[in-house]
Amino acid sequence: MAKFHGTKINPDRFSTGQIKFYLILLPVAIFMILPVIYVVNQAFKPIDELLLFPPRFLVQKPTADNFSDLWRTASTTGVPMTRYLFNSILVTILTVVLTIMITVSSAYVLSKKKLKANKVLLGINQAALMFVPIAVIIPRYFVITTTGMNDTMWAHIIPLLAMPVGLFLVKQFVDQVPDALIEAARIEGANDFKILTKIIMPLTKPAIATVAILTFQVVWNYTESSSLYISNETLKTFAFYLGSLTARAQGNAVAGIGMAAAASLILFIPNLIIFIIMQSNVMDTMGHSGIK
Amino acid sequence: MLKKFKDTLAADGFQAFLMLLPYATLFSLFIAIPVAVAIGLSMTHFNVIQTPDFAGLSNYVRILTQDEIFMKYILPNTFKYSLIVGPGGYILSFMFAWMLAQIQSGPRKYLTLILYLPSMLGGVFIAVIWRTIFAGDKGGYINAMLLEWNVIQTPIQFLISPDYLMNIMIIVALWSAMGIGFLAMLAGILNVPEELYEAAYIDGIKNKFQELIYITIPSMKPQMLFGAVMAIVGAFSTGYMGVALSGANPTPEYSGQLIYNHIEDFGFQRYEMGYAAAISVILLLIIWFLSRVSYKLFGEKD
Repeated sequence: MAKFHGTKINPDRFSTGQIKFYLILLPVAIFMILPVIYVVNQAFKPIDELLLFPPRFLVQKPTADNFSDLWRTASTTGVPMTRYLFNSILVTILTVVLTIMITVSSAYVLSKKKLKANKVLLGINQAALMFVPIAVIIPRYFVITTTGMNDTMWAHIIPLLAMPVGLFLVKQFVDQVPDALIEAARIEGANDFKILTKIIMPLTKPAIATVAILTFQVVWNYTESSSLYISNETLKTFAFYLGSLTARAQGNAVAGIGMAAAASLILFIPNLIIFIIMQSNVMDTMGHSGIK
Repeated sequence: MLKKFKDTLAADGFQAFLMLLPYATLFSLFIAIPVAVAIGLSMTHFNVIQTPDFAGLSNYVRILTQDEIFMKYILPNTFKYSLIVGPGGYILSFMFAWMLAQIQSGPRKYLTLILYLPSMLGGVFIAVIWRTIFAGDKGGYINAMLLEWNVIQTPIQFLISPDYLMNIMIIVALWSAMGIGFLAMLAGILNVPEELYEAAYIDGIKNKFQELIYITIPSMKPQMLFGAVMAIVGAFSTGYMGVALSGANPTPEYSGQLIYNHIEDFGFQRYEMGYAAAISVILLLIIWFLSRVSYKLFGEKD
């Protein structure tokens, strides 16, 4: 039989038939990335270039002034920028680690333990995929004040730990781990904790990486907890600080614009790096993301 | 023997329970209970200081009959915004994912990264970028460009003008719409086995369009559904956009006011918690209804 030569999905090499797709995708990609390139340029512009009219897109004489200004600046209440950055890093690490632990252990139970309640619990979690946190911002506020979490670091962390999308994705992945493997480990005398750390976690790495990324993107950029649950300025996060910086820059302080761009860049770079490192893991996990 | 087996089973059950406990507790505290509390509160008058008093359905009646702002601005705005951003973002995500699947994996990797990039930026970052691009003085990029080309004589106040704000919000939301649903659909398209296409060509399909309709979409319905749910959630989660861009709640002449801003307005500015909760419940019902529609469209019938 003649070799299959229908138009091919996921081709190995370039063919002229692909040109039409590039013609659409490249302009779209440029539109998507321009604002980001803009921020990068803005962050390195000296003050006269920031003031220039008509504004020039690319920076001519790059300088790190905006970053050093940012480093030295304290917010209006006298808290240094480094404090916000430290808070953000601490909160992000704790949230990501705790989310992974909680998510993987429950995904293991829901996938491999034959509990009667599993089907119902999975149904509830699947329904919660459509949950939009901002819809219940008020009751959440009451939960946080009743539990005494407000004005502590935990107010940033605990509300974000239960992530239905994360559990959903990891559970789909744990389903692929053969039962026989777990049986064998059990016969060898491994307890659930051993099975979880020695079998499930290594085999579901892509899904765990995906959960880590999704959690990271939420918590690193999260401002609601700082503005709603925390009044102590020293406990607020970097994303929140960036927000207040731009609110001030709105006035007429041109220096503020450069600093806001520099802060945006600091906020953005970790997102980018982590995603690039884990992109293939994420795509791997997404292959199992279907809702049946 | 049997007893021992039962014991291990019980111990097993207990361990399973312990492993499930953290997620279950947090899920209840921050997802299930808040939804229940929202429903409960929505039937009260509550100003945070006095104990709530029961109000039956009067909050809902008030929203539907007396809240002029809700009927005149919030509801039409929310529908316009979410109908364009939800399905629009979804269709764009799918089309781009499909096109990306037609090119080689090298360039695909970079283009995917670039398309996904905006969705990984948080709300603050988005506000910083777009506020300077659309800034209302001649230093704003769009204004500077239009002035250069003599399209306009004086700068346009994009972000505080009711004529522009909503459209800018939609552009920004679509710009950041290629999120995890987009990645899921791309993976779904790439996972369709090649034999299916070969078989289909033997059976007489002729072009890419037929390929898409008869093979690709039917083979990746689960990812299509996941993408749809994520698109709905995405459209309703970006409710802060109008306030972030214009810097004011309420937005100028309520032009960018979405249902979420109305909740915040009543909850945290006027402290009418019962009323705000009733609006939350309406929002949850809208989302729930739209998800049902997606399940009807893409769910696998069993």
